[in-house]
Amino acid sequence: MNTGLDSWILTLVTFIPLAGAVLLFAFPRRDRDIRGFALVVSLLDFVLSLHLPVHLQRGLPGFQYEVNHLWISNPSIHYHIGADGISAWLVVLTTFLTPLCVLISWDSIRNRVKEFFILLLILETALIGVFVSLDLFQFYFFWEGTLIPMALLIGIYGHGRRVYAAVKFFLYTMIASMFMLAAILWLYAKTGTFDFSAIQTAIHSGQVPNFAAAAPWLFLGFFVAFAVKVPLFPVHTWLPDAHVEAPTAGSVLLAGVLLKMGTYGMLRFNLGLFPEQSRANAWWIAILALIGIIYGALVAMVQPNMKKLIAYSSISHLGFVVLGIFSFTQMGLDGATFIMLAHGVSTGALFMLAGVIFERRHTYEISEFGGLATPMPTYAALFSFIVLSSIGLPLLNGFIGEFLVLSGAFQDRAIYGILGATGVIWSACYLLWMYQRVFFGKVNHSVNENLPDLSGREHAALWPPAVMALLMGVAPLIWLNAIDPASRTALAPFAQMISKVVVR
Amino acid sequence: MNHAAQVIPQAVDYIRFLPEIVLSIFGMAIMVVDPLLDEKRNQRTLGAIALIGSLAALASTLVEAQYPGLAFWNMIEVDAFSIFFHFVIIAVTAVVILTSYEYMEVQEIHAGEYYGLILFGAVGMCLMSAAMELVLVFIALEISSISTYILAGFRRRAAISSESSIKYFLLGSFATAFFLYGVALMFGATGSTSIQDIGNVLRSVQVPALAYIGVALMFVGLGFKVAAAPFHVWTPDVYEGAPAPVVGFMSTAPKAAAFAVLLRIMFEAQAPGRIWLIWVVAALSMTIGNLGALVQQNVKRLLAYSSIAHAGYMLVAIAALPSNGIPAVMFYIASYAAMNVGAFAVVSHLARAGERYVSVDDYSGLGARSPMLAATLTVFLLSLIGIPVTAGFFAKFYVFSAALQANLVGLVIIGVINSAVASYYYLRVIVVMYMRDAREAVPISPVPTALGVALAISVVATIYLGVLPGRVLDYAARTSAAWLH
Repeated sequence: MNTGLDSWILTLVTFIPLAGAVLLFAFPRRDRDIRGFALVVSLLDFVLSLHLPVHLQRGLPGFQYEVNHLWISNPSIHYHIGADGISAWLVVLTTFLTPLCVLISWDSIRNRVKEFFILLLILETALIGVFVSLDLFQFYFFWEGTLIPMALLIGIYGHGRRVYAAVKFFLYTMIASMFMLAAILWLYAKTGTFDFSAIQTAIHSGQVPNFAAAAPWLFLGFFVAFAVKVPLFPVHTWLPDAHVEAPTAGSVLLAGVLLKMGTYGMLRFNLGLFPEQSRANAWWIAILALIGIIYGALVAMVQPNMKKLIAYSSISHLGFVVLGIFSFTQMGLDGATFIMLAHGVSTGALFMLAGVIFERRHTYEISEFGGLATPMPTYAALFSFIVLSSIGLPLLNGFIGEFLVLSGAFQDRAIYGILGATGVIWSACYLLWMYQRVFFGKVNHSVNENLPDLSGREHAALWPPAVMALLMGVAPLIWLNAIDPASRTALAPFAQMISKVVVR
Repeated sequence: MNHAAQVIPQAVDYIRFLPEIVLSIFGMAIMVVDPLLDEKRNQRTLGAIALIGSLAALASTLVEAQYPGLAFWNMIEVDAFSIFFHFVIIAVTAVVILTSYEYMEVQEIHAGEYYGLILFGAVGMCLMSAAMELVLVFIALEISSISTYILAGFRRRAAISSESSIKYFLLGSFATAFFLYGVALMFGATGSTSIQDIGNVLRSVQVPALAYIGVALMFVGLGFKVAAAPFHVWTPDVYEGAPAPVVGFMSTAPKAAAFAVLLRIMFEAQAPGRIWLIWVVAALSMTIGNLGALVQQNVKRLLAYSSIAHAGYMLVAIAALPSNGIPAVMFYIASYAAMNVGAFAVVSHLARAGERYVSVDDYSGLGARSPMLAATLTVFLLSLIGIPVTAGFFAKFYVFSAALQANLVGLVIIGVINSAVASYYYLRVIVVMYMRDAREAVPISPVPTALGVALAISVVATIYLGVLPGRVLDYAARTSAAWLH
């Protein structure tokens, strides 16, 4: 149905925020109008993006809403976009979180408001572009495009050590993605195309010269770029710094969407282009993911800083995603994608909640709080709800994904499942302990006695993720229906590999 | 066209020489008008004449493009290649003139022959890109060099500027002597100074050993002009002392011209010994340039080292196969011209009287105090890093993919590591602008119209090449295809 819109929808969703940013340039510096306009633009984009999952043909494999135009003739770079069940939902996650970011930054950003919202909207376009690009070059283009606005958001609007954090973030991801660029260029030099599907076909049919010798390096080239973004265990050190110093909206998008660029990249490109290398390297990647799950959780446990705690919890949760992806099972992949979405909603909400209290007290130190449930009952209630969803309480969104990933990991290798399952316990420990220290007991700092409860705008920013957490928990099929065919397609080469082995 | 038949130049010869003629006429007009004007009106009038001159030259380039072919006894050739370089050089000249407007007033420099010299320099550079005769190349090189030697010393009251001029002059003459020596040896080896004839000889007989030495010596001379390591030592000192708009000029236009000559010698004459020589120089330039830039506090010195590194990136493409390498170099030159001229325009505006504010720390808080200016400089710096949506990204991209297609994997690895290192020092300037508090002592004045136009042109060119590089690249690819048949 509605074929006219189908061919335009992805382009519209991708570039409406950018158009909004360009218009904002011309706006007079009246902060109220600027905020309002940014909110309108991001809401419009959200509403339009809902078209993607709603009209997605569930049964069909492959990409939909495809647009393929020549962009640059030499080298042949195409403007090629399209979405499958996985990327469609990741796009919606992005458009869902951006209006919330606008709301949560309404009062907290007071200086250089215009630039803030311009950067936020440019960032949104770049993020969506990453998820819908089917041309490797275009993918890299958007991938790098996310870097500048995010680094500037951290560096200009962040807290104390913001410059250090911004530069660290920039250099880590920039240097890592150089390796990906090198791999992309190699593929182009040998196949003469940047098109994802064309390269995939060429590789699978063995038409790429010298591929066998180069494949391990190409795999690593892509993997390093993605692993830094996820971040996987030994290259995660930029994340806590970036999160602690970032403004709330920056943290929300960083944890909610930017990290998923890494896992999405692994799923789409590492698995899609190098299935055999993925299999061969899966063992150490799974071990790193497990280390990430457990190490992230243990470090989160001892954090005195609320935001740093949430940051380390992200490392732990993203470990699940990587574990699920490299289990090469249907359940694992479904679960990994579901966790990406669920983590975006829950952790995005957790960062917003942390931002709410920071706005009132200008600190994230857990020891500064205690007994907050008395002055701020609604806040405490919402916080507990989100904490429970993040822990993975059944009927809330965290549970579904973790369950699927763990069963996938069990199918792959039981020990992975067992070790991974401890991560669920750890997350209950650190989050509930934090919750207890912040909200229960008596108010032990007199400044906290009269803290105002949530304002109307904060309600508007926090209820949508809470509702979404519940909805994703009770009706996960809405999401899984779309994700399942896409992950089946992603796994197709692995099924062939297994059958080859069996036949032999 | 046969030499013997044509003793007297015909009208079409002059048309194929039109931009140079136009530039020379306007340059001489400035010299004549200069003494007639009083001190106050002097500056603006001469600037206007120079600007009109460069625009007229741009228009005459379009006229010239309609009449491709050889002229003046096969000494110059108008082809898509030389048109491309004419366009880049004259556009840079126009932007530099727009930038100089405010600068000369703020520095209280008597304009005098300043604008005339810029036009004469442009004549030399345009001629370099069109010359098919090594002796003519040498003369053109001298015309452009002598103009830039004088321009470098134009801040007469500043000792550092005179130092820069003398240093540039001494080392520059040394380098041109190398070039001339190379031409002489080439003549000895092949019996001709015409690039076409040399190409024919080198293709047909076994390459004489003398030709290798000749190419190497010419390369030394041109390497000096493009500031490639190890012939780069003059660059930081000269860039630091010379007036900022002049640095914007001489870091782009002569570089473009020298690369044009290099391309002609390397590819049209099929000079031997290309790969290994350039491999080493490219790797050295990138590494020395970027490592040197890491520790600079002075923005002009920082950009000087960065220009050494960028010469290295361009040489990477020359080491690659001609079919991809030539378009990559040409695209890089256009991109580098756009972003570097723009960056120096910002630097010259911020420098204030006596170029007092040229250290990185003076840019603290620029993002808050002058958002548009900071955003503009950010665009140029991001382009110099090579971030998508800017010209620098595609420039680097084409260079590295050309090198990969020629299997120069080692050089690409060195280049990629270098670009990663480079992002650090450019980023430092951005960080200082946006994330440090302003230093109140540094005055910032509003951007005048002329400079605004110059910046707008540079930004638009940088973004255009970064989003729609197709047309320029296709054009460049067609020229190289025409050369290689």
